[in-house]
Amino acid sequence: MAKLLVIFFGGVLLNNFILSRFLGICPFIGISQQVETAAGMSVAVIFVMGLASVVTWFFRHMILVPLGLEYLQTIAFILIIAALVQLVEMVIQKTSPTLYQALGIYLPLITTNCAVLGVTLLNVSENYNLLEAAVNGVAGASGFALAILLFAAIRERMELSEIPEALKGFPIALITAGLMSMAFLGFAGFRLEALFGVM
Amino acid sequence: MSFKSEFSKGIVKENPTFRMLLGMCPTMATSLAISNGLGMGLAATFVLVGSNIIISALRKVTPEKIRIPIFVVVIATFVTTVDLVMAAFLPSLHEVLGIFIPLIVVNCIIFARAEAFAFQHGIVDSLADGLGMGLGWTLALCGLSAIRELLGTGTVLAFPDFGFPGIHVFDQSLAAVMVILPPGGFITLGLLIGLLNWLTNRKSKRAQEG
Repeated sequence: MAKLLVIFFGGVLLNNFILSRFLGICPFIGISQQVETAAGMSVAVIFVMGLASVVTWFFRHMILVPLGLEYLQTIAFILIIAALVQLVEMVIQKTSPTLYQALGIYLPLITTNCAVLGVTLLNVSENYNLLEAAVNGVAGASGFALAILLFAAIRERMELSEIPEALKGFPIALITAGLMSMAFLGFAGFRLEALFGVM
Repeated sequence: MSFKSEFSKGIVKENPTFRMLLGMCPTMATSLAISNGLGMGLAATFVLVGSNIIISALRKVTPEKIRIPIFVVVIATFVTTVDLVMAAFLPSLHEVLGIFIPLIVVNCIIFARAEAFAFQHGIVDSLADGLGMGLGWTLALCGLSAIRELLGTGTVLAFPDFGFPGIHVFDQSLAAVMVILPPGGFITLGLLIGLLNWLTNRKSKRAQEG
């Protein structure tokens, strides 16, 4: 249990996917103009990343490893993620049209979000078991959600401020993200293992 | 357009990093040292050229509706090739680049070129486009890495795989370590794009005035 907490808080704060691992920058910059749309994207990402972690874990341990096909990992994982996103989209459309309305346009974009493929590959390289992989997926996505929501709130304020002509748009967004990343670097001082008593 | 103009547009006019703002994650994550930037850039160039050629060759027999999954499989095949070759011949570079090599699969530069160029143009043009875009990205990565490696470590051109320790410029105790940490990646890239915007604005203003 304690190890799961370490993985969770590590993923959200210490190794934040956007601000310290550089995964998922495109949606982070692209879909952060408004807090509302950022929240929609976050929910969709949490859902898909948690699910993708579980499904790829089963696929790897039930099919790729027994058959000795680990080298097909990249191809298999990206196809699983693409299929999964499509499936989730269809299920949501049938069961909850309101949620589909809210998430609709963000779902297809998730396939090319490198945080999703990234988390499944990290689960493999860290040798996580099923539960740890699932927690890691949800934690990574929650970290993504935290960063994108904070960033969207800052950007809404930035609309009103005066910015030098050359820095408008993308460059100032990057610099803001850099300052946020510097703040998150402060969490590196936390010693989670000691805090939760895992040695 | 000719081979030469297809090739050169990716390097300056439509540079993927500075002009089109594509593929930001690996740009910031791997620009810690020139050797990393160069390795990442060349790996992506190989994938880009290979996938552009194959996608362009198959464009007449690819059904429009399922083109995206087909692109993914072609790109992922080349990425796996690069991943395995690099693990065998450049192990320490492979270690440093880590998951960013398999993540070339979801790099938007490669997707964008497959969808916007290779699917509509001939094989030779697509090859030139892939090579130009790939090298344009490699140059951008090397430029960004050079700044970060120099300011962050005081040494440039360290190549651990070839046993080259790098050129020592100033003492490490004077180096700004923040530049090679994640915040440095965001801020350096932001300022660099801002600088290029400023230069372009100034040039077009001058052209208007005189």
